[in-house]
Amino acid sequence: MVYSEYHLPNDLHLVWSLMIVTYPFLSGIMAGAFAISALHIAFGVESLRPVNRFALLVSFAFLTCITLPLLNHLGHPERALNVVIVPNHRSAIGGFGYIYMVFFAILALIVWFSYREDLIAEAQRSTGVKKALLNAVLLWNTNIDDEIREIDRQAVFYLTAIGIPSMAVLSGYVGFLFGSLKSNPWWSTPVMPFVFFVSGLMSGIAVVTLLYLYLGAAGYLVRSYQCLRTLGALLWFSTLGYIILEGVELLYFYYESSDAWFVISTLLLTKLKISFFFLQLGLGLGVAFLLLSAMFAFGVDEPTFAKVTAVASVFLLFEVWMMRWNIVVGGQLFSKSYVGFREFHPLWFEKEGIAPAIAFTLLPFLVLWIVTRILSVREAGDNKADIPAPRKDAGHESY
Amino acid sequence: MSQEPKNMKDKKKRNRRQFIQAAAAGAGAMFITLIPKPSLGQRIHQIEPMDRVPDWMDHYYAFVIDTTKCIGCGNCARACKRENDVPEGFFRNWVERYQVTDTGHVYIDSPNGGADGFPQSEVPGNVAKGFFVPKLCNHCRNTPCTQVCPVNASYETPQGVVLVDKKTCIGCGYCVQACPYSTRYIDPRTHTADKCTWCFHRVTKGLMPACVTVCPSGARVFGDVKKKDSKVKEIIDTKQVLTLKPELNTEPFCFYIGLDKW
Repeated sequence: MVYSEYHLPNDLHLVWSLMIVTYPFLSGIMAGAFAISALHIAFGVESLRPVNRFALLVSFAFLTCITLPLLNHLGHPERALNVVIVPNHRSAIGGFGYIYMVFFAILALIVWFSYREDLIAEAQRSTGVKKALLNAVLLWNTNIDDEIREIDRQAVFYLTAIGIPSMAVLSGYVGFLFGSLKSNPWWSTPVMPFVFFVSGLMSGIAVVTLLYLYLGAAGYLVRSYQCLRTLGALLWFSTLGYIILEGVELLYFYYESSDAWFVISTLLLTKLKISFFFLQLGLGLGVAFLLLSAMFAFGVDEPTFAKVTAVASVFLLFEVWMMRWNIVVGGQLFSKSYVGFREFHPLWFEKEGIAPAIAFTLLPFLVLWIVTRILSVREAGDNKADIPAPRKDAGHESY
Repeated sequence: MSQEPKNMKDKKKRNRRQFIQAAAAGAGAMFITLIPKPSLGQRIHQIEPMDRVPDWMDHYYAFVIDTTKCIGCGNCARACKRENDVPEGFFRNWVERYQVTDTGHVYIDSPNGGADGFPQSEVPGNVAKGFFVPKLCNHCRNTPCTQVCPVNASYETPQGVVLVDKKTCIGCGYCVQACPYSTRYIDPRTHTADKCTWCFHRVTKGLMPACVTVCPSGARVFGDVKKKDSKVKEIIDTKQVLTLKPELNTEPFCFYIGLDKW
């Protein structure tokens, strides 16, 4: 049978657009940044020490902003808290509020315990309102000695340990929202939560790597080649994991050749031909993976390593954004008649347009800038004076 | 001693009388508010003949569409729009035209949801078979739309009708994505989900859905499967009926007669 193109009458309108693309993009960065910090805190990866605190703050800054695109998307944002107050426990979104709040509490506590000593020192130096505010944040407990430091360290360790699965759930959760919808064959796959989670790790590591390179060069963070190599390796492994998952997903669709494959293959070969094959897989994923692989395979000097990692990170961020676009928007470009397709061109200035999407994407960086005005991005003891100036013939302590 | 003028005495009498009258009226009004009012159900009993008043909890509704009888006039789509104030560009109820040529090409269309009828066929080649398929909410038993609603704004009534509480809906659009039949939409005026209710506001008054009422060919049958003598029950029990996308296990309660494999 050959079908003429036909879309169901209500399918002319796209319900989820740029805000729903932006949310998983931001939550993925949050997860990836937290993973870096967790590797140092919970798994003792010492090479990540220079970027540990900074990654934690990146994760926290993004976590404070990730719900904003969702609120902007809602038809009635003033009723948003109903998701927590009167949730439908059968609904996948029904649990979102709780999962978000649990991880928010964990991450806030990790930040609090990590920075308690810094805040106590700052409170002792301060006067007036600032001192009162800092004391309130410290819950009026300014005791600090070796025993308390150990308690704080253990608290950070155990909170990070329970934070890892919480982060994975929050990050992969959006994948479950899509993957559990049997109405849409492009979304309905059990691999979806893992695809979102792993690609999220990739984007978070890429953001931290880029910022680390910039802030290291600017003298705000300790420059360490070992740290950069570890970040590069994490990027490579997460990219490989993502390639495997995406490959498995596509292979299953193709090999099963069910009804779904008819619409998916048509979608991929028409509406998503450029955005999926060329931009996402080719330009984003392919170039980044080849660059990273070549860099590790052939060995490059430290400045080249930094440059290649930076370029690969930019390409990977682009890849992850395109992946969000191709999933969220791509999945709505075909009608549920399975034989009709539609166009979607977002406008710049509309409620869920390009300008708000850019604003919501940049907002976490503004929050990060504010947070780093208050909290140090360096590990306690890593004073600026201790950092050797970068040299061209630098060893493991610089790049 | 000063004596009050006669007109002053009269005025006082009048004032007293007015006060007593006002007090009596106030007391009467208070008393009236204390009298128990009839419930909504009782009031319906008062205005409707007893045999038309449904016992709200003792019904389970189903819908049957006989595609072999549908003539594609679009009356149902028009009536639905008027009855339910459906916004322009959205549809609670529409009709699709299928034309299959002898070469195996399938042409489907639904201009304006069929509300304006269908233009003369311009399909290339010989049409071997053609038919109309009206579509509306399937009011599924295993409904994905109520499952995904995060705030229980979409819910199923005891009568088997799936409804949306617009005062609770947050407008997330998850139910719109979850419905495999695209019968839901976000109303641009209220920013909440909307869909066919099988004209629940009419059904609870003992009336038929608007689309059933106006169908000239009897292609639409609506009724109560709990009633032994209902036509809809008879059709479901005795004829070969199919549902849309049965492989998704949504258990629609909208059944089709003469449905082709599309």
